[in-house]
Amino acid sequence: MKEIIQMIVVLSLISGVCALALSGFRAATAERIEDQVLQNVQGPKVKLVLDKAENDIINDRKTISVNGEDVLLFVGKKGTETWAIAYESKGGGFGGDIKVMVGYDIGNDTLTGIQVISHKETPGIGSKIAEDQFTKSFKGLTTSTRFKTKPEGGDVDAISGATYSARGVCEAIRNSVEIYPQVKKQMQAQ
Amino acid sequence: MSVFKEFTKGLWQELPPFRLVLGLCPVLAVTKSATNGLGMGLAVIFVLTWSNILVSALRKVIPRKVRIASYIVIIATFVVIVEMATQAFFYPVYEALGIFIPLIVVNCVILGRAEAFASKNGVIASALDGLGIGAGFTMSLVVLGGLRELIGAGTLFDVEIMSAAYRSHSFSFMLEAPGAFICLGVLLAIMNAVSAPSSS
Repeated sequence: MKEIIQMIVVLSLISGVCALALSGFRAATAERIEDQVLQNVQGPKVKLVLDKAENDIINDRKTISVNGEDVLLFVGKKGTETWAIAYESKGGGFGGDIKVMVGYDIGNDTLTGIQVISHKETPGIGSKIAEDQFTKSFKGLTTSTRFKTKPEGGDVDAISGATYSARGVCEAIRNSVEIYPQVKKQMQAQ
Repeated sequence: MSVFKEFTKGLWQELPPFRLVLGLCPVLAVTKSATNGLGMGLAVIFVLTWSNILVSALRKVIPRKVRIASYIVIIATFVVIVEMATQAFFYPVYEALGIFIPLIVVNCVILGRAEAFASKNGVIASALDGLGIGAGFTMSLVVLGGLRELIGAGTLFDVEIMSAAYRSHSFSFMLEAPGAFICLGVLLAIMNAVSAPSSS
């Protein structure tokens, strides 16, 4: 009996102390981690997508709710006027989800550009979707473009050898365009 | 036996990935570049040294029947600390290592040292043991990562070593899983040729 109590006490104490240490460390680093994610993951891409923005895009971010889901919205301004918005969406690629940041010029409903935020495609083959040569082909397209690869009956040039990856990007953009009218409406209502 | 020996044995005699062939999962997975290998190695040194110190300090308090559970709790704590610290201060490293930082918890080198060494030896010896084994592990990862990066991408620690012509047509398969196995196999063969296979 004494042995069991000893085991319970020791293991509980160790777990308790560890949990305490971790929550303390978490509290100390949480803010920095959030900041790092924004600066390193989304920040550089958002700046490329909203290249003509004159404001501090990362500081001016806001969260809105579309169909019950939170969307982190980046707003690009020219002077004081909102010029473009950008948010992230995802599609299924060859090796996993492809996350894409899509920017929209809200004046004429065209894409200001896209950037691949993260993907798990084959290096050297599917990874071409993240290269400029592919992503810049989306710049200036209207939101009514059929975002499918040409073999699928759409308007987008696929990459030879990376069909699934290119389709994944198109799927991500379709998902993004789908909620664009609602995002824009909420944006203008504010 | 001098305590210094506890440190140096990890550098050759008991070099984890090559002599003991332990903890191979991260060894194969993260060594796409020398930088990744170094980052992973440093994370392992931290976890290994501190878990060894704590396990050793608590070795008389922890009842035998719950010792493995206790070790896992201690190791997991340090792993999560490393994960949060890399995320907060070395974000690019965190991104490159991804899931393999949390997976340090199940790296058998660490639990192995806790069970085989730290639970039977003093705090200072255990700390040196952790540092030594960790340093050996880091060394192996850097060598393997450096080799794969050099052949596969033509760079070393992101510095361009090979000519531009080589880099544009490099053996990028060395950066994939088969390249890791081939590199590890070749290095193992070299190590075994240099000295007789480890008896431990």
